[in-house]
Amino acid sequence: MPPEAAAAAPPNRAPLGRRVVALLDRYAPGIAFAALIAFWEIGCRVFRVPTFLLPSPSLIVAGAFEQTPAVWLGHIWATLRVALMGYAAAILISVPLAVALASSRLLSRTLYPLIVIVHSTPIVAIAPIIVVTLGASDLPRVVITFLITFFPIVVTTTTGLMAVPEELIELSRSLRAGRRREMLHIRLPFALPYIFSALRISTTLAVVGAVVAEFVAAERGLGYFIQFSTSFFKINQGFAALLILVTISLVFFQTIGIVQRIFAPWSLPKSER
Amino acid sequence: MSAPPPVIRCADVGCTFGKDDGSAVTALDRLSFDIGRHEFVAVLGPSGCGKSTLLRLIAGLVAPSTGRVEIYGTAVTEPRDEVGIVFQRPVLLPWFDVLGNVVFPLRHKYGRVTAAEREQARELLRLVELREFADAHMDDLSGGMQQRVAIARALLLDPEILLMDEPFSALDALTRDEMSFELLRIWSDRPKTVLFITHSIPEAVLLSDRIIVMTPRPGSVREILDVPLPRPRSLSTLSDPAFHALANHIRSRLFTRHAA
Repeated sequence: MPPEAAAAAPPNRAPLGRRVVALLDRYAPGIAFAALIAFWEIGCRVFRVPTFLLPSPSLIVAGAFEQTPAVWLGHIWATLRVALMGYAAAILISVPLAVALASSRLLSRTLYPLIVIVHSTPIVAIAPIIVVTLGASDLPRVVITFLITFFPIVVTTTTGLMAVPEELIELSRSLRAGRRREMLHIRLPFALPYIFSALRISTTLAVVGAVVAEFVAAERGLGYFIQFSTSFFKINQGFAALLILVTISLVFFQTIGIVQRIFAPWSLPKSER
Repeated sequence: MSAPPPVIRCADVGCTFGKDDGSAVTALDRLSFDIGRHEFVAVLGPSGCGKSTLLRLIAGLVAPSTGRVEIYGTAVTEPRDEVGIVFQRPVLLPWFDVLGNVVFPLRHKYGRVTAAEREQARELLRLVELREFADAHMDDLSGGMQQRVAIARALLLDPEILLMDEPFSALDALTRDEMSFELLRIWSDRPKTVLFITHSIPEAVLLSDRIIVMTPRPGSVREILDVPLPRPRSLSTLSDPAFHALANHIRSRLFTRHAA
């Protein structure tokens, strides 16, 4: 290559390939998502897939507008209420339970098998029983959500409380600070990264719990709405409700990440702070 | 008038741990020595000879199976305020900044930290040469700096005794040498009775007044050596013929199975 040509080449020409890679890296998830939607839409139209088997994305959006916003809000609120209450109950019970399990070998040996048994019980199977026992209110739905949500929080928090370096416990003992302070000043803060990852996992479980509970007994809520609309072959409206559920799960999941970033940034990997 | 009791006395100390399978492991066997006020004593021995157990006995974290451990002439039955500990790993708390870590013992023990105590902690940070890093977080500190914070934390309650469990063994060789001299400087500024556990012969010779050489498992005192090197010690100490003579002597002892 003559030297003039090399000199004439724009300075940013060499990294062009890298820039394309960088752009792709940034937009690939969005492009893939859009491609999937387009493929779905085209597939449905070209092969004339019946709506009651698989509605196209455009029909799902149209389905969303077949109900008034007030109707949607009513269902969203019913599901959200149960999911949030079950989730809150799971946190309020699981974290103290984990503290108890981590504090006492006897308690841990006594309660742990019970917790595993409860977790091993298919909650969907006992949901109808819970509804009969607890009656027609939010209570059985909250209990079902709790039962599906609590286990990872208990197990992961206990693991975190026990993962404290032995030297820190020795430091605490050498200061004769007492077991309460050892728990509050060392073990619990140390377990925060574990607790937050459990809370993230549990967000989706809370939504699953609320929907399962509505499948069994409800006259409101997105889970109920999906059952109701599919039984009338309004599959596109069912899909619209599903879309809302996915959105709720995602927002819920992200919120926990934001809470963690605000209140305990140190507990995140350095790249996520 | 009788002589005052030594700061630390171990008399015929033995320590046996029961294992889950019912068998017992003897970590320490009939260990006896005295440590005087403001003496710097290194405990040197192969891994697994019970050096760390010895430190935990003096700290009151483990009870001896036989014999007595005394501090100022009274038996150690629980951890005492006269003792500060520096561990092999710095084990700092990631949710506090450097100053927060240094004042942690006060917060942990009494539940509160006064402004005067914070000032005291800043003074300690000056001593370990981390004055500018009071607000820094753990991720921003090198291993050597983290261990400096751990030393400042151990000095916060102004203990008479400093127990150090291989504090520099996790550091790279260069940082390790630097930290040895730093420790000597800190020790001359704040004289303490120091028990320094190590498996490095040069480190033991450079730092200490006396060296307790231990036998392998079960750990016992093989011999106690005086270090005749003058203080203050510096880089030139490392080229002192006496330094090498003593180091070679210890090396030959440690590698002879049937030493007297």
